[in-house]
Amino acid sequence: MEFRIDRRNGVPAFQQIVQQTKQALRLGVLVPGDRLPTAKVVAEVSAVNPNTTLKAYRELEREGLVEPRPGQGTFVRRTLARPSAGTDSPLYGELVAWMSRAAGAGLEQEDVAALVASAMEKQYATGTATAATTTGSTGE
Amino acid sequence: MHAGEPALEAHGLGMRHRRGWALRDCSFRLPAGRICGLVGPNGAGKTTLLSIAAQVLEPTRGTLSLFGAAPGAADPGRTAFLAQEQPLFRGFTVAETLRLGRELNPRWDQRAAEDVVRAGDVPLDAKVGTLSGGQRTRVALALALGKRPDLLLLDEPMANLDPVARKELMGTLLGEAAERGTTVLMSTHVLAELEDLCDYLVVLSGGEVRLAGDVDELLSVHTVVTGAKEGEGLPASLAHHPLVESRFSGRQFTALIRPDGPVTGPGEADDPGLEELLLAYLRSPEAPPLITPTAQVRAQDQAYDTRTVAA
Repeated sequence: MEFRIDRRNGVPAFQQIVQQTKQALRLGVLVPGDRLPTAKVVAEVSAVNPNTTLKAYRELEREGLVEPRPGQGTFVRRTLARPSAGTDSPLYGELVAWMSRAAGAGLEQEDVAALVASAMEKQYATGTATAATTTGSTGE
Repeated sequence: MHAGEPALEAHGLGMRHRRGWALRDCSFRLPAGRICGLVGPNGAGKTTLLSIAAQVLEPTRGTLSLFGAAPGAADPGRTAFLAQEQPLFRGFTVAETLRLGRELNPRWDQRAAEDVVRAGDVPLDAKVGTLSGGQRTRVALALALGKRPDLLLLDEPMANLDPVARKELMGTLLGEAAERGTTVLMSTHVLAELEDLCDYLVVLSGGEVRLAGDVDELLSVHTVVTGAKEGEGLPASLAHHPLVESRFSGRQFTALIRPDGPVTGPGEADDPGLEELLLAYLRSPEAPPLITPTAQVRAQDQAYDTRTVAA
């Protein structure tokens, strides 16, 4: 696993590492028992401050997703992948069909994004932080 | 990791050059294991501060202590200084340059130094004078890292480097810092890159410390408020918050404040970016300086001052 730290998108490197790890956990790129790259490796490959990487790992640890093992590194504890959230799930199929109807009705990509965001807001507004991270706007 | 133990502490540091004061009454603390950016306009005193920390210059006033040792008594082997002009012998080969490092430094680590050179594909038998700017910086960095320093002082290490070389060298530097917990203090003009590289900051302007502290902490105590102007100046609701900078463009106002309680009234409040925060402080010399608690020198540490005065 390698983090892609984009220095131009305004999201702090710390949040990019948290988000990309969670994304990897959702997609099954990382599974329980896997070791996250060490702060030294992230520093060398992506020129990220090691304290930033460690801070991101502490945040993931606080959420119960990873655990540090002294002298060995940081390991994945649990996955975020859900059977019903994969791209082969019925839910995904319904979404693809809906997108196709939206495009047929003449909606542009931005119109669709606005509708999805609005519906998501309505459904998950009182929900937990998970809702915020899926929209990509972490409210930290 | 390092429970806030100080790597460097400056107490009322002052330095007078022929043309006036390069540093005035600088007091701050840099905890060990941090990677600290030293920022400020040209002539702000960055190089002077680094030279004092490297024990190359003696301060006119005040003291600077390293790793809790009495001022001036720190083991010079624990500190490495990479000066801006990177003084290397142009007629030496890379291997001879490293050999010089080995002869001069009792804690020398030949393999660490060679690893840094090899990672950049710099031939060991090449003469330093024939190397590119990036390669020369890499050799200078190898010389500094081969010393196995606990405190690494870098003066504009990224100047004159192309983006690829810059990222590679910073990767090498940060990797070393990660492995050994090295404290880094580096001056730079590249504000945009600070956010990922540094977790600590010292901002100098006109020879004085304007900001010092943990980056997250510095950001979290500031708020940017933007909104539509009502009448002249900023809305009255912002008047009681300490103001760093205010700007007006047409009917819009932008104010960078250090909120003293909840921000109410018209306008939208947002967290500032690091670059935005630094620029605001550098543009507003009259804004009150801010040294966060971890960067403050403790009162009892002033004992050094009394001792030197008494002696």
